[in-house]
Amino acid sequence: MKLSELGAFELLPMIKRKEVSVEEATVGILNKIKAVDRDIQAYITVTNEHALQRAKEADLRLNEGKPPRPLEGLSVAIKDNICTKGIKTTGASVYLEDFVPPYDATVVRLLEDAGAIIVGKTNLDELAMGSSTESSAMFPTKNPWDLQRVPGGSSGGSAAAVIADEAVFALGSDTGGSIRQPAAFCGIVGLKPTYGLVSRYGLIGYASSMDQIGPMTKNVRDCAMLLNVIARHDPKDAQSYTGEPVDYTQFLIPDINEVIVGVPKEFLNKGLSKSVKDAFMKALNKLEGLGAKVVEVSLPHSDHALAAYYVISSAEASSNLARLDGIRYGYRAAGCEDSASMTAISRGKGFGSEVKRRIVLGTHILSKGNFEKYFNDALKIRSLIFRDFEKIFKECTCLVCPSSPTVAFRIGEKIRDPLEMYLSDVYTVPPNLAGLPGISIPCGFDEEGMPIGLQIITKQFDEATLLQVAYTFEQATDFHKKKPQLQKYDCGSESTRGDRNV
Amino acid sequence: MFEPVIGIEVHAQLKTESKLFCSCSARFGASPNSNTCPVCLGLPGTLPVLNKKAFEYGIRTALAFNCKVAEISGFDRKNYFYPDLPKNYQITQQASPVGVNGYLDVVIDDETRRIRIKRVHLEEDAGKSIHEGGDITGAVFSLEDYNRAGVPLLEIVSEPDIRSPKEAYEYLSMLRRTLLYLGVSDCKMEEGSLRCDVNISVRPKGSDSFGTLVELKNLNSFRAVERSLEYEVKRQSELASENKEIIRETRHWDEEGQTTVGMRRKGLAEDYRFFPDPDLPRLIIGESWIEKVRSDLPELPGERKARFIRDYELPEYDASLLTDTQQLADYFEEAAKEYGHAKTVSNWIMGELLRLMNVTGIGIESVKIRPCDLVAMLKMIDKGTISGKIAKTVFEEMFTQGKSPGDIVKEKGLVQIADEDELTKIVDLVIQDNQKVVEQVKAGKDRAIGFLVGQVMKETKGRANPQMVNELLRQRLAGEN
Amino acid sequence: MRLSKEDIKRISDLARIELNEEDESLFAEQMSGILRIVNKLDKVDTSGMDQMVTPTGFTNVLREDIALPSLDPKEALFNAADREGAFFKVPRIIEVD
Ligand SMILES: [Mg+2]
Ligand SMILES: [Zn+2]
Repeated sequence: MKLSELGAFELLPMIKRKEVSVEEATVGILNKIKAVDRDIQAYITVTNEHALQRAKEADLRLNEGKPPRPLEGLSVAIKDNICTKGIKTTGASVYLEDFVPPYDATVVRLLEDAGAIIVGKTNLDELAMGSSTESSAMFPTKNPWDLQRVPGGSSGGSAAAVIADEAVFALGSDTGGSIRQPAAFCGIVGLKPTYGLVSRYGLIGYASSMDQIGPMTKNVRDCAMLLNVIARHDPKDAQSYTGEPVDYTQFLIPDINEVIVGVPKEFLNKGLSKSVKDAFMKALNKLEGLGAKVVEVSLPHSDHALAAYYVISSAEASSNLARLDGIRYGYRAAGCEDSASMTAISRGKGFGSEVKRRIVLGTHILSKGNFEKYFNDALKIRSLIFRDFEKIFKECTCLVCPSSPTVAFRIGEKIRDPLEMYLSDVYTVPPNLAGLPGISIPCGFDEEGMPIGLQIITKQFDEATLLQVAYTFEQATDFHKKKPQLQKYDCGSESTRGDRNV
Repeated sequence: MFEPVIGIEVHAQLKTESKLFCSCSARFGASPNSNTCPVCLGLPGTLPVLNKKAFEYGIRTALAFNCKVAEISGFDRKNYFYPDLPKNYQITQQASPVGVNGYLDVVIDDETRRIRIKRVHLEEDAGKSIHEGGDITGAVFSLEDYNRAGVPLLEIVSEPDIRSPKEAYEYLSMLRRTLLYLGVSDCKMEEGSLRCDVNISVRPKGSDSFGTLVELKNLNSFRAVERSLEYEVKRQSELASENKEIIRETRHWDEEGQTTVGMRRKGLAEDYRFFPDPDLPRLIIGESWIEKVRSDLPELPGERKARFIRDYELPEYDASLLTDTQQLADYFEEAAKEYGHAKTVSNWIMGELLRLMNVTGIGIESVKIRPCDLVAMLKMIDKGTISGKIAKTVFEEMFTQGKSPGDIVKEKGLVQIADEDELTKIVDLVIQDNQKVVEQVKAGKDRAIGFLVGQVMKETKGRANPQMVNELLRQRLAGEN
Repeated sequence: MRLSKEDIKRISDLARIELNEEDESLFAEQMSGILRIVNKLDKVDTSGMDQMVTPTGFTNVLREDIALPSLDPKEALFNAADREGAFFKVPRIIEVD
């Protein structure tokens, strides 16, 4: 068992007992990155120096007898659309390639104050627009289970880093499935919290009414630990929840006897691959076996969720990204005659296709004559979807469905066809529209050994139930213990390893 | 005959400590880009949080302008690209302004005109572009200062109810006076904390159609608004009477040439792609919140004027002048309450005080005479300690020195001579020296006695009690008979 | 409704993004496809539904009017492509509607 393979809940007590120094733990992760990231390409920036210095400071603190903090010495990877003061934050865009924020995102502040150590900034689809990390302007990240495949997206770098032990855990962001889908594709735990539970301050805005930052971890307990730290009211985000902080680890009790699990029938037909469906059915049986009651429910408007999502998210994105104009920061095309053409050319060159397409689509949707027709309609459909969920939660404790209709697809397979790509978010989008929390946990593998994710959804601000159900399922299964084979890489101090069960 | 149809949009910067959506100072005059932060620079990932005071100033102003305060208010994004706009959208209130359907009463030539106010809403100001060379057309580059970006603005939009340049002037004066009374803005046009855009069209008198709208810009004073409108009314009426086309455009007021100049054609209406800002939760303004703000409303200029007429029995003219600013009105009222006879106080303020303020350019807030000093002086006149004439000298001394009237009178020996013996001596002297006039008086030319009084005053440097002098003169002259 | 290359040109002007001709054609094609799906929303009965701008519906979130220190202008200007003194510098601004 290598140090870098440990979950946060395993490593933290060792650090607290000083069996391992923070520096040792950090170096273990940094070495792992050195060993495997050339091939996986999870990171855009690795913050070696920064991490080592923080690690030394942490050891000093501990040696001075200061009490260990909640995430003392744990290496965290941050999706590169979350601002880090003094550390380049690119959003995987040419436009922001050299952008060094003069401020920290609130979550970054919370993590560092809790003792976590930032080891790097992870790859994503450019400005979080995409489902495969292929639209990154830097490079595509590879799925550690099969380097020919995508890790999912947009938080593909964070997901790959966690499963490849290049971080103890990571932060992702999720607007339409960007945490849960890559978590499913990489076989890890990914939680999109209720809209407003985690501060968005410092997260490069994509669709402001849906964006949420959330944990991506090796297991449910780590997820709860990370959530404990980042779920805090933030006066800098006017949409931030004002409730008191909660210790989510107290709900990690493997008991779902009182739980009624709803299965939306609409999610089990077209587009769902056989292997995913099989794994999902097995998962349902498992839940039943664990004492939950499973009932079929209906989300009658879910058919329209994807369309409403693209209308709303593109519209909001077109406005959010208008600030990238070549003046105060970011890329500026040289030699432009006047300021308007400077902005137009800089944006034309600084953004990739997917981003440009969504901005243009969003601009069209908000423009005269279309606003009523598309945007207002989509907001009303959003209400309908919200109401559908509300009805279901009157009889069910939670909903379950696959996290994605397929396992990770091959690099290049869908990049040409945006519509096809958008479909991989079909199960993750509805919770974003309704602001609900959703978690993806490993629930199986297909015949080629690719991981499959189970999504659990509860009502707003009921992360406690969500984590309890997820934990119960996880503790009764072994899927989260399986690791991709990376033995062909020389891992330096980390010797080759086989399949290991913790 | 043509009549103008005028509507005015006013942007007033609010007098808050911090900006509308971030904690940067909202103060004017800081060095370039020193009042900026990630939020007001529009850095990626930053979010707006609404300034409570600014919003309450919005409610306060809406109430003062007799608007219906929105039950649910919110913010929208107005999307357009401009280098001085950091996010390339302005956060404003398009769909649910804080107040709608109000009015402002304006008195013109003793007649009250009610100008309807369409809406009052909050929005953020933009930064400032400095065009190299000062001229936008000739500049090769521009410099951006974002200190002003995000400063809270209140936009107050009138209905097109204004019918003359003079009315426009009076409307703006009353609006400004009201904002100053409310304490929500310092309304300094020279610092840009009050700005106005004017729309004007003309139509045949009596018609209820609308002509082609022309927008006027670069209006740096209310006088400029009035003059530019006078020019436009003339220009547009001439064109209309000759059946020539009036172009829909923005025209620039040229202060030097006292003309308006066409700037650019108003092309297709801009497409601002308004939509509700998802970063800012809506505001539910319940009755209790409105009542709380209402209870803090000061007495407004119109109300105060009416009360001055009613309670102090002042003429309309006096009341108007005294309520021009809150400070002047307070000054009057403090003195009037203490002294009792309001009209006397009003006369002194409107006469001597305003004259001296004018001459010296000193505002009421820095006047050294305290209301109680004015009252003390008036009481000295009443008691006969000083004469009304001497009082003017005393008042001037009070104005420049800031001393109490008692001290000045003592120092300068200005106490009225009311001692009968002393005055009798002087009266006798004057009679002796002016026998000719004495003869005239005796011959029945009663008016000539005034000359003798004047001579006594001259001898005493104005300090003699005029009534006593009069009486003594009459006694002595009668006695000589 | 199909979008033409010219439509894309007009919209991208509004979005202030210069597209090459290839992108214009490609976007016309792809966006038409997306809008075809989006147009189906028209047929959904949304009568009586409110427009849901954000899902949590928080209200009256305000901050006290307190001024806090701003960024050092050096930090504010650090990421700018061009600056002069303490100003951000941009190519000349042409007034257009
Ligand atoms: Mg405005
Ligand atoms: Zn600021």
